[in-house]
This record gives sequence, C-alpha cells and structure tokens, in this order.
Amino acid sequence: MIELENVGYNYGGGELLTDVSVQLAPGSFHFLTGPSGAGKTTLLKLCYGALTPTMGRVRAFNMDVKGLDRDQMAYLRRRVGVVHQDCRFLDHLSILENIALPLTVSGRDIGQEEANLQELLSWVGLSDRAHATPPELSGGERQRAALARSVILSPDVIIADEPTGNVDWEMSQRLLQLLVELNHMGKTILVATHDLSLIRAAKKQVQARVLRISNRQLQQAGADL
Amino acid sequence: MSLLHLRSLIVGDAQADRVVPPSGFTAQLTLFVSGAMAFLAVFALALSMASGRLADRWAEELARAATLRISAPLEQRQAQTDAALAILQQTPGVASARALSREEQAALLAPWFGGELPLDSLPVPQLIEVIADTPGYDETGLRLRLQAEVPGAVLDDHTRWREPLVDAAQTLRRLAWVSILLIGGATAAMITLAANAALAANAQVIEVLRLVGALDTYIAQAFVRRFTLRAFVGATVGMGFGIIGVWLMPEASREGGFLTGLGLQGWGWLAPLAIPVLGALVAFVATSRAANKRLGDLA
Repeated sequence: MIELENVGYNYGGGELLTDVSVQLAPGSFHFLTGPSGAGKTTLLKLCYGALTPTMGRVRAFNMDVKGLDRDQMAYLRRRVGVVHQDCRFLDHLSILENIALPLTVSGRDIGQEEANLQELLSWVGLSDRAHATPPELSGGERQRAALARSVILSPDVIIADEPTGNVDWEMSQRLLQLLVELNHMGKTILVATHDLSLIRAAKKQVQARVLRISNRQLQQAGADL
Repeated sequence: MSLLHLRSLIVGDAQADRVVPPSGFTAQLTLFVSGAMAFLAVFALALSMASGRLADRWAEELARAATLRISAPLEQRQAQTDAALAILQQTPGVASARALSREEQAALLAPWFGGELPLDSLPVPQLIEVIADTPGYDETGLRLRLQAEVPGAVLDDHTRWREPLVDAAQTLRRLAWVSILLIGGATAAMITLAANAALAANAQVIEVLRLVGALDTYIAQAFVRRFTLRAFVGATVGMGFGIIGVWLMPEASREGGFLTGLGLQGWGWLAPLAIPVLGALVAFVATSRAANKRLGDLA
C-alpha cells in the first residue's frame, strides 16, 4: 500500500533519514517511535507526499510519489487521512464544517452526507459540539475532530502524528480505541508517538508493529515494549 | 477555460466560498482600486471618443474648404475678384465659390480689432470661400491659372494649420488609449498585489486544504472568484460615478470650443458598460496568475 525503499532525506543541513525501508501492508497497524527530532514527522510526511525523498523511492498505491503532479498528489491525499498533533483546522468554520472539509473540496454535497456526518460526530463523541469553532474545543476534542476529518472520505491509510501529545491519559485511551476500531475496519494505521504506554495498551488489542528511528535509520523495536 | 469552469466561476458554490476566510484589507483594496480605475477609465474613454470625433470633423471640414485671398490695389480688387470667381466656377471639382461680404470679413476681424472696424480705410484683402467637390480639384493647375490671370490671388487650402490640428486631436486620442491601457495595467498590478497579500495571509488555510485533498484549481478558484467579483462590483460602481461625471459636463457648443465637447454621444454611452467586464477580466487573469504562481511556490 505504502512502501519506502532505501529512502533518505536531507534537510539541507545534513542527513535526517538514511536508507529507510518499510512497507505498510493493507490492514496493518504500525507505531513509529524515537526521540524528539529523530525524524518521525519527516517520515510521516514522506509517506503522504508532503515531502519528497532526497534518496530512494516512496511508492503509494503502486505509484511513485516523486512522479506525481499536483492534482495526482491531491487525489493521493484523499486516500490517506492525516491527523496532525496541532490538528490544523480552519478557525472560521465550525467543527462540523471542518470535519466535512474533505467532502467539500472533493465537490460532494454536504446536505446528502448529513447522516454520515452525524454518525461520525457521534462516533468521536462530538455530537453536542458540532457548531462550535475549533478554538472553543479542548485538546482532546480537537484531536477527535481531526481524526473524524481524516476518515470522512474513508481513506485506506490513516497517519497520525503524536495524536495523544496534548491530551490526558483517559483521552489518549479513547483516541487509541478509535484507531483500533478503524484498524478492525481494515484501515492501515501509522501512528508516530513517544508515548510507550500507549503502544503497550495498543498491543493488547491489535497486532501492532513498532518501528523506531535511531541514528537516522529505521529499526524494528524489540519485544520489551 | 471550459464553459463549466466559467459557470462555476460566476454562479459559485456556497460551500466552497466559505472555505477561504473573508479578508477585510484586500477586499477593500480591490474594491477601491477597481472602482477608482473604472472611474478614470470612463473619462479616458470619453476623451478618446471626443478627440476622435474632433479629428474626423476637422479633417473632413477643412479638407473640403479653401480660401482665396485677393491682395490687389483697391481699384483692381473688384475686377480681380470677379475674374477669380469666374475661374473657380469653370474649375472642375469646385462645388461653390463666393466672395465674403464686408460684414462677414469684419466679423472675422472683430475678435482682434473690435466691432467698429473701418474696413474701407484698411488694406484688407478680399476673401473668397472655396468649397471643393468630391474628389476635389486640381490644386496645382488652379494655382497656375490664378497666377497667370489673377496676379493678386493667393490660394490657401488650410493645410498649414489643418494638419497640426488634426495631428493634435489624433495624438490626444492615442494618449487617451494609452491612458486606458495604463489604467488596465495599474489595476492588474494592484489586484495582483492584493491577491498575493491574501494568498500569503491564508498560507495556513491553503496548507489545510491541501492536507484534506483539495486540488490546486479548487484552491485557486476560491481566491480568483472572490477577487473577480470584487473587481466587477468595484468597477461597476466606479463606472456609474464616471458616467454621471461625464453626463454632468457641459454639452458641446460653438462658444465653448473644444472643452465642452468632451462627453459621450449616441451609442458611445454604451461603451463604458464594457469597463466592469474588462475590469473583472483583468482581475481574473491577474489573480489566476498570482494564485498559480503562489501555489506552485508552496508545492
């Protein structure tokens, strides 16, 4: 589904990632860990085409990401739901409109998707916050809204960058539960986190593969996690 | 651009229109600039059309008229005048020829010497007005014949002062068109600046839209549509004020001279209606270019 072959990335100031190879198979669940600044976010961005590798090749859905034009890149992003740590909403729109944004930009009629939207809001527990604006939401509510937005187009892959970074333990368990449910629906999940307790909790529910970035390279984490 | 594209640009999409936040500064700048430029464009257009009319009229009127001046001693003046008139009547291409009366000649000199001019005591030549037929007379032949038969006659076909006047009017018309082009260019430059400012201010919005899979054409259209409509509205208001301004100018009159004939006439009043459409077109092209460049830089 998404495959990185001997990928390297150089920010200009030096190598951040070297010879990274990984394959995200359909329906798999991956955690990506590593110290701050190790390149977790960079690796995620390489996976959904926000960055282009300086070495090696990234293939997504059997297409070389480097060769995609701007339109093809947009279509790729409709197949990959992304949840950022800072969520990135349009503050002048309501949460409902933000969650529906992928539908809006792909030309779908929101009126006809009303039932799906309500169901999604209920799934992430935000039914009563539909008309609030992003600044009015708590960190946990924002993360759940971002997750809802990432899955509204029913993408094949969901990539989350530190989704539990700004929320308490209870909320992080709630978010994990949602990700696990998505994985059970057949979605491929890739989560970057430095929260080892989250990984331990997940491993009790799904067969998750843990990858660690260390010394610019990607390694399979040990069973001690 | 396809018809579907054009339709979506005009009709719009309520959902898509909300995606880009309304930005006060660039909206006001676009409205003001397009309004002010449309106002100026109406005057430039009126000037261009008026100077064009003037150039045509002067060229046509002066090309048909000539003056024959009889500068002869008083006792020979009438005889030479009669001889000249006889020659003119026989000349093919001369539609009419008549000697100006004493009152008409006095009226011509009145602006310089006043109304009480004793014409008899001054060596004022007799003037004969010659109106040419189409295609006109053989000027060289007429001069030679007059030289031979009427020694005091001098034919003045007005070329000496007609050409500079017609040139001046045509130059004025060209300058008015250059002004219209400059107004269009300045409008494009200002709207490009406003669009760039709006795109820069909304960099995060663009990032989010791309993150959720928006095509660049979708993002660009959200900005282009907004700027095009603002330019159209601003230019329509500016054109309205411009037309009122032109309408309030004094009508053309012989006493008022050139300056009173600067308005629009007949079908010419419909010409300013093209200004808002052209303004919107300029805004569309300027914003499209700015958006495509900006989105390309951000890619």
